[in-house]
Amino acid sequence: MAKRTPLYHCHLALGAKLVDFGGWDMPLHYGSQLKEHHQVRNAAGMFDVSHMTIVDFPDPDATRALLRYLLANDVARLYPGKALYTCMLNDTGGVIDDLIVYDQGDSGYRLVLNAATRDKDLTWIAPQAERFNAAWHERDDLAMLAVQGPEALAKLEAILDAKTWQTVCASRRFHAVESGGEFIARTGYTGEDGVEIMLSAQDAPTLWDRLLDAGVAPCGLGARDTLRLEAGMSLYGNDMDETTTPLVSGLGWTVAWQPPDRDFIGRAALEQQRAAGAPQAFIGLVLEERGVLRSHQTVHAGNQEIGVTTSGAFSPTLNRGIALARVTTGVGEQCQVNVRGKRLSARVVKPPFISRPS
Amino acid sequence: MSSTIPSELHYTETHEWVRSQEDGIMTVGITDHAQHLLGDLVFVELPEVGRVVATAEGCAVVESVKAASDIYSPVDGVIVEVNELLADNPELINEDPYEEGWILRIKTSDGLEGLLDAAAYELIAIDEDEDEEGSLTNAKLAG
Repeated sequence: MAKRTPLYHCHLALGAKLVDFGGWDMPLHYGSQLKEHHQVRNAAGMFDVSHMTIVDFPDPDATRALLRYLLANDVARLYPGKALYTCMLNDTGGVIDDLIVYDQGDSGYRLVLNAATRDKDLTWIAPQAERFNAAWHERDDLAMLAVQGPEALAKLEAILDAKTWQTVCASRRFHAVESGGEFIARTGYTGEDGVEIMLSAQDAPTLWDRLLDAGVAPCGLGARDTLRLEAGMSLYGNDMDETTTPLVSGLGWTVAWQPPDRDFIGRAALEQQRAAGAPQAFIGLVLEERGVLRSHQTVHAGNQEIGVTTSGAFSPTLNRGIALARVTTGVGEQCQVNVRGKRLSARVVKPPFISRPS
Repeated sequence: MSSTIPSELHYTETHEWVRSQEDGIMTVGITDHAQHLLGDLVFVELPEVGRVVATAEGCAVVESVKAASDIYSPVDGVIVEVNELLADNPELINEDPYEEGWILRIKTSDGLEGLLDAAAYELIAIDEDEDEEGSLTNAKLAG
């Protein structure tokens, strides 16, 4: 039987359409994926993301050394309360997973990894952690709620105690606040302002219900996918995997090349690819005709097949088909996408597809 | 999930509904059950008026947030009208699948013999409801 989050019964009570996601019964939508998408862009929505994998490393010093070797971005850039987005690479520079690492000061570091990659991630991390004498434990006792949208923080005023709410509002993007048993981070996967709240599983349904009462709309993983795509955010397994490096996945910005003497797994392979010039570019496509783009559609320039879409959807905000694609370098401003046998014109753009206040 | 299946209409196994008029014209759309399965519709590709279609031939495409789905002609005939409103308002299919959300009209000399009545279609829809969770797991989602 599929695993259930602490909010499973909340989803059932709201009439969610549940689907299997990475071995979890998760809500796809609660009636209308489009409405949920717009709700997050225009007001506030919440997502149960308790299926994601949370791992705590309580020893700051041993873990810093471990993570500087394990991750392509550099945790030396962090300070207590700061978060970092990074890839975890294999020896050939392929992406094992993408994740967020939080610096918790004297309490160590927290990693939030994808749900579908949990087993292979932990299998990869365990021997490295042992080498660095960095203890770790999975926090499957925690639930995680994302509250996202331009009104997300305002809605939280009625939920959080006054001091915590003020601290959260005063904190910047990619910063986290700990208060009581709650870990509140100004992070998300929608391109909107908002928070991700990690808290004990038993407290999660109460928080969920209070957010509902405050007018925060429940949103499923369907809307989460179109929101993240509009925001130009990568989805592991679609946009990058173990066969692609960050440099051909639009994630070169997450690789910390400095200092040059920091050895991290995959560095040699990335250096080589960088020196030779990345063979592919990662681009955004906006369909110029009516229609919908999907993943795995071929991209063409003239008579040449130049690549493939890695994620595609109908953008509810732009009212157009959009996609991320990996193509040979040197693509111009226009190309065509093979949509069910027809070549449709698409404009090449640099993601994100929508601009939001940051 | 319970969906509406009007008794006066006819149906196909591929979830089209058919409303027959006396002048040999049949109006075609997709069922309430089908729109539930697809989720929010975001694009409808309509055929050219005048196109000749054969029974079970793909003659339109509806795309939802989740997937593209072909609409198959229930009879042999000629497309005489399409619902132009769907170009800008594909959600009409979700909101009112049997009236405002009609897709196309076909002129045909075929009868309704090859089609299902409401009772027969209901059996198909119920069967699928039971499998529903399984049939929708291909959507690769954020996580």
